[in-house]
Amino acid sequence: MSQAQVSVQVNEPVEQVYSPAADFWRRLRKNKLAMVSLVFLLALTMVAVFAPYVAPYDPYLSDMPKALQGPSSEHLLGNDELGRDILSRIIYGARISLRVGLIAVGIALSAGMVLGSTAGYYGGRLDNIIMRLMDIMLAFPSILLAIALMAVLGRGVENAIIAIGIVSIPEYARIVRGSVLSVKENEYVQAACAIGNNDWQIIFRHILPNVMAPVIVRATLGISTAILETSALGFLGLGVVPPYAEWGTMLGSGRGYMFNAPHLVFFPGIAITLTVMAFNLLGDGLRDALDPRLRR
Amino acid sequence: MLKYIVKRLLLLIPVLFGISLFVFLVLHLFTADPAAMMLGQHATAEQVAALREELGFNKPLYVQFGIFLSQIVQGDFGRSLMTRAPVTDELLTRFPATVELAVAAMLIATVVGVTIGVISAVKQYSIFDYLSMVGALLGVSMPIFWLGLMLIILFSVTLGWLPVSGRIAVGMEPTAITHFYLLDSLLTGNWEAFKSALSHLILPAVALASYSMAIIARMTRSTMLEVIRQDYIRTARSKGLAESVVVFKHALRNALIPVTTVIGLQMGSLLGGAVLTETVFSWPGIGSFIVNAILAGDFPVVQGGVIMVATIFVVVNLIVDILYAYLDPRIKYS
Repeated sequence: MSQAQVSVQVNEPVEQVYSPAADFWRRLRKNKLAMVSLVFLLALTMVAVFAPYVAPYDPYLSDMPKALQGPSSEHLLGNDELGRDILSRIIYGARISLRVGLIAVGIALSAGMVLGSTAGYYGGRLDNIIMRLMDIMLAFPSILLAIALMAVLGRGVENAIIAIGIVSIPEYARIVRGSVLSVKENEYVQAACAIGNNDWQIIFRHILPNVMAPVIVRATLGISTAILETSALGFLGLGVVPPYAEWGTMLGSGRGYMFNAPHLVFFPGIAITLTVMAFNLLGDGLRDALDPRLRR
Repeated sequence: MLKYIVKRLLLLIPVLFGISLFVFLVLHLFTADPAAMMLGQHATAEQVAALREELGFNKPLYVQFGIFLSQIVQGDFGRSLMTRAPVTDELLTRFPATVELAVAAMLIATVVGVTIGVISAVKQYSIFDYLSMVGALLGVSMPIFWLGLMLIILFSVTLGWLPVSGRIAVGMEPTAITHFYLLDSLLTGNWEAFKSALSHLILPAVALASYSMAIIARMTRSTMLEVIRQDYIRTARSKGLAESVVVFKHALRNALIPVTTVIGLQMGSLLGGAVLTETVFSWPGIGSFIVNAILAGDFPVVQGGVIMVATIFVVVNLIVDILYAYLDPRIKYS
């Protein structure tokens, strides 16, 4: 009798039950590229936050005798056209790129969620009006729209955030609307409605939490787009106002010297590429971990 | 099919109206005083007032929009403040340059992207697959203007193989027939001009193609991987067909349907990217013209240019949709 019991216990597979969050984390942790990217981005954030302590030099301090000097043991990434330390400027530049990327996506995400869930939940004429407006915004290549907005808003970090935030709204509105449309047919939404919740309670408590997975993935990838767009605005001379160190602006002003001092354009570009790549890899990793069915 | 095309063409009208209204509102609502913005800081109050009068900025907004709309329907976008020439003429002269660049980039992106995607899928987990997916990741992560600068440093400055900027060597312009230099030089049998135009086109086209190429390669690889695992492919193999027939005739043709959509969607990023690429390579197209107009505060050019690019984008998307409906018989034209 007791033997039989033992054998039953041995044969039964040990099934460990994870909470959804633990399950997500377990899957994400297995993705080495995503984890490396996460660590890189956390490190970059720390460097950006503590820039005054990390940067070897003052990023605005001009040292004309050293202008256009290549990398040396003193200045690891060399000096720019005004003799400023490029490494320090890249470190300070991380502050702007991350700030613009995160806040712009935050703006686009909030506006897109409100518009998308309103359109998806209420449907009908409201849906039509909102989505046609989004279609019109999508009729512009986003960088062109951002450029045009910067032209009327004027240069500056805040305006870059607004411009990039606005042009990304339609994407999020579309994703949220699509997900809301499919989620709102669920029985638990009908139940929430039946027990007398009002529309906003239903949308915020019962629908939105269930459409977050694709939105989070899109937002992570969206940060990389926002960083690329920020640098493009800076490169075109429409971004932050000098002397602020911003990667794209550094590229734009270094461009005139690139024939004899290519390091002026090389290193800021590497910084942009690595950061964007990290957000892309993390976004892919999140997608795979949040919804294995989306895996390609 | 015809009904579908007509319906889509009719739907274009409200979209184009919306685009015009949107651009108009953005430019007029966000700028406190467009006339002052155009003239810059050194203008006197009288000058600003005169320009405001000239451009009708002192009329009510809806009247201004009405006038603006009736003008653009006739193809009149006003005059450029930089050159004093009609904006429409200025844009149309630069239009072929942008189209030439965009088409070249699209060709490179499609041909190279699909090829890489197919080889990667067929030889999954090989060195080639690994390297090309790293390349694709770089392609979507690099700013294209930076890639452009790096290409210039490598191929123009260090190796000296290709020119740094411009569309053709000065004085080499072929007799204008289509205004596309490559085509015109071929049509007139002007080989020197053809070589010059081609050598000027390569770097900007490659830089502009990089992002779309990466996206297309990834998409082709993943759809090919899905298709290759299907039963009918196994059947094709088991009945003894050559691997190349299986890959190209059976697998690729089905994998291409989603890839076509992606290629169509890439036209938008290509037009946006052209703005940056043209600036890097001093390519005399619409994109670099708009950027210069913005930096110079040339309001009518910005307005007309943005509307024109958006119109091109919408029309290209429409053509892609129609082609797509034609390629995939499962799509309903409703």
